[in-house]
Amino acid sequence: MTDTAWIDAALTSARPQAVGALLRYFRNLDTAEEAFQNACLRALKSWPQNGPPRDPAAWLIMVGRNVAIDEVRRHRKQEPLPEDEAISDLDDAEDALAERLDGSHYRDDILRLLFICCHPDLPATQQIALALRIVSGLTVKQIARAFLVTEAAMEQRITRAKARVADAGVPFETPGAVERVERLSAVAAMIYLIFNEGYSASGDTLEARAPLCEEAIRLARLLLRLFQSEPEIMGLTALLLLQHARSAARFDSDGSLVLLDDQDRSLWNQKMIAEGLALIDKAMRHRQSGPYQVQAAIAALHARAEKPEDTDWTQIDLLYGALEIIQPSPVVTLNRAVAVSKVRGAQAALDMIEPLGPRLSNYFHFFGVRGAFLMQLNRNEEARVAFDRAIALANTSAEAAHIRMHLDRLMRDSAPRGTKASKK
Amino acid sequence: MLYAILCYHDEDFVGSWTREQDATVMRKLAVVQDKLAKQGRLGPVARLLPTTSATTLRKEDPPLVLDGPYAETKEQLLGFYVVDCKNLDEALDVARDLGAANPGGAYEIRPVGVLNPGSIPT
Repeated sequence: MTDTAWIDAALTSARPQAVGALLRYFRNLDTAEEAFQNACLRALKSWPQNGPPRDPAAWLIMVGRNVAIDEVRRHRKQEPLPEDEAISDLDDAEDALAERLDGSHYRDDILRLLFICCHPDLPATQQIALALRIVSGLTVKQIARAFLVTEAAMEQRITRAKARVADAGVPFETPGAVERVERLSAVAAMIYLIFNEGYSASGDTLEARAPLCEEAIRLARLLLRLFQSEPEIMGLTALLLLQHARSAARFDSDGSLVLLDDQDRSLWNQKMIAEGLALIDKAMRHRQSGPYQVQAAIAALHARAEKPEDTDWTQIDLLYGALEIIQPSPVVTLNRAVAVSKVRGAQAALDMIEPLGPRLSNYFHFFGVRGAFLMQLNRNEEARVAFDRAIALANTSAEAAHIRMHLDRLMRDSAPRGTKASKK
Repeated sequence: MLYAILCYHDEDFVGSWTREQDATVMRKLAVVQDKLAKQGRLGPVARLLPTTSATTLRKEDPPLVLDGPYAETKEQLLGFYVVDCKNLDEALDVARDLGAANPGGAYEIRPVGVLNPGSIPT
């Protein structure tokens, strides 16, 4: 690896810990980020000459802090009459500088950094953008590309999100046990959002968004390393790995979505599957079930099936049943119905989803699944109506193309019968 | 004499490699391994999954099962090679070649007392 590539990787891996620690010192996100940026600039100059430091994060924290404090000093000299308050702040900062760097804080530093991105006032897309910018260190340009907006628009969005977070007040006190659990669960949800943003991409957005899946996995592993014994974080990491393991098989050469049953399973990433399965095994030992673990267990049953017909649908039905209790939602029931259709047939599955109609009347997958059940029951006209509705609600061209394939099949299947009828 | 070369590296750092960077490092390491394999000096080689997937059994009475790797260190055990070398100098040369292909971290070179080649078909 070249020097620059090496330094890039070192800066990326040190970033959450370094920015997290600088945020704790300066209690201001902009100052912390700027201090980190300045430290990175110095690293780019110093590391190639002097060799890399043994602990890059500690180096960056120390240098970032010194540079920022120097700046405050310079600033103070330019002001003829410094306020007393500013001076006492500076003294505090210098005291902090004297404090030995130790690792005991860094777990909460990183969690805090992730947690401030999850502010409930921020819409999901802004939480994701903020986390990708602040924690992952993606450039505004990269994030803008993933969200299909201009760089200027994304810059503005991130600035606004930061201002909102700052107004809300960043929680700096060391969290208690209950609070830590709450933060952890908010952060887990945000990491899952990042993953889904990448996972739901297709066609034109595929290339720009696919890295979000890998970034989410990196953040999940980071979180798990900080909280080694949290079964739900194991479940989350496993879920992301098992889903991402299929990525090479999920799209055909035209960029169209390939359904699980039709995927070339030899393209699944066995290393990711192995890691995912190992994490589920670890999580199960804790006997503290949770939604990520159950979803990961479902993904694991798919991953374990070498052929689609080997899939243990009975077990999947049971797991979705468990998920309906822990985290009731019409979408979970819809997913369960797919398993039910394999175990007990399309009629039972259709009966299960009929009551969901009013709540899922704008949900693409509801009509896609409903159409498929109706088609299996040879209720082709009703199936066609459902598929038409699904196409109207499709979020991506890949989704629409997939439903059109069903429709074509319907037309093909019903056409010969129609011809025969007309001959009579 | 068989030597184990135990690979320690900062896992966060290795995990921050892009897919291309990872592939480049693996390709360079493969060159070193190929050379050893042709000389009939390469034994088992393993790249371990992340330490987050590790579980530790402490052999207390009763044994205690803990999540995570045994040692909490700045650098983690990420894999190992077994190589056949005449002496320590030769083993260090192999480690230097590997290190040139994959800089950073450290290798621990440990003579192997017993090597059971095992029975897993590869």
